[in-house]
Amino acid sequence: MKLAIVKYNAGNIQSVLYALERIGYEAVVTDDSAVLQSADKVIFPGVGEARSAMDYLCARGLDAVIQSLTQPVLGICLGMQLMCSWSEENDTECLGIFGEKVKRFRPEKPVLPVSTDPLAVLTSGPFTDSLAPVAEIPGTALKVPQIGWNTIHSLKTSLFDGVTNNSYCYFVHGYYAAQGQHTIAVTDYVLPYSSALHKGNFYGVQFHPEKSAGVGEQILRNFIEKI
Amino acid sequence: MLTKRIIPCLDIKDGRTVKGTNFVDLRDAGDPVELGRLYAEQGADELVFLDITATVEKRRTLRELVNRISHQINIPFTVGGGISSVDDVSLLLQNGADKISVNTAAFKRPELLVELEKNFGSQCVVLAIDTRCEDDGEWYVYLNGGRTPTGKKCLEWALEGVDRGAGEILLTSMNHDGTKNGFALDITAQLALQLPVPVIASGGGGNASHFAAVFQQAGADAALAASIFHFKELTIPALKQELNAQGIHVRI
Repeated sequence: MKLAIVKYNAGNIQSVLYALERIGYEAVVTDDSAVLQSADKVIFPGVGEARSAMDYLCARGLDAVIQSLTQPVLGICLGMQLMCSWSEENDTECLGIFGEKVKRFRPEKPVLPVSTDPLAVLTSGPFTDSLAPVAEIPGTALKVPQIGWNTIHSLKTSLFDGVTNNSYCYFVHGYYAAQGQHTIAVTDYVLPYSSALHKGNFYGVQFHPEKSAGVGEQILRNFIEKI
Repeated sequence: MLTKRIIPCLDIKDGRTVKGTNFVDLRDAGDPVELGRLYAEQGADELVFLDITATVEKRRTLRELVNRISHQINIPFTVGGGISSVDDVSLLLQNGADKISVNTAAFKRPELLVELEKNFGSQCVVLAIDTRCEDDGEWYVYLNGGRTPTGKKCLEWALEGVDRGAGEILLTSMNHDGTKNGFALDITAQLALQLPVPVIASGGGGNASHFAAVFQQAGADAALAASIFHFKELTIPALKQELNAQGIHVRI
């Protein structure tokens, strides 16, 4: 099994390599098109900003290389977003593998709790448009980016074999892929959105399987062993 | 729904956990990687490693430690302690850290936050703030592990820090730290409600009710504690079960 990880100007690539090591697989981190094309499976990870990542990939011809891959490909976080058609993050044309668009989370205007609680006075603080949190329970608001553990549901494909509906995965992102025909997992934050996508040989997950404890390891294993 | 996070903190000196622990079942309770892995297995949502080494060897030992952690631990972790430059951060992220926390260096040179955000994205920049409530009832920022007062108000610095690029705030109340009498609800609520980014409450957590209060009343996104976990006064599974019973969303 030859696993290749796409090397580019995004963070967190090392973490994916180590996560694969923990489940017993070695991978090469490379931006060499021949190595990527000849790998059995390709992982396209990343944490960062869409425009600078796309610019970097295009400048090196990696955009066309990724689009032309025929073996199973797994995009993670920014990698998945870059596989979509467009990102609102700096109005970026992406790889267009998935037709879904990537938009910024926009929580609704806050409904300030009316309460006699002494802390309630603090809730009258100024919210700017860009904050716009919405109260879930008194005293909390949805933050952007979403950082932390959330559930995945409506799971499809063998990528999620052995993964229980509503399992927790670790997310860090301010932009999301809307639901569409390629959605194979849904997560709810501000709205229901695609936490995983699939089309042909291409798969993408918004969460970080490499940081999602046992559930994440199962998903990585599935990609390597079952896809 | 996004869950509230429980975060054990490990203080590290020369690559070893300090302040002691009560884990007789660990082969080496002083090894931060082994302890971190145990917490991860117990259901910790993230880990914070705070390096208090003062020697010139610090950079190398911390880099090696981060590399070992990232090889062995399958949940996100933050590294802090004396980080003051893009180069420092680059080295730690390259070795697998998910986030870094900055404190004194960012206060002394706030442009550091801008540089870190630009180079690595705000999602990996945690601004740690040590704060103390003074006699006038206001919360002020302290530096150098709480030894140096600044006269700057906590909320003001937090807002500036986020504006400059911090993606998360780790707020420690010096009045509450070590007391086990509960978190500082008022300043945590001020930050949680006024900031567009997550707030991690730290200092004072002694039992499950304290954690419930800081989540439900103060709106904290996460809560951090050290010795109560190290000495098994409160285990992570027991804490999470209790929070869950109180209707607080946690990952179980």
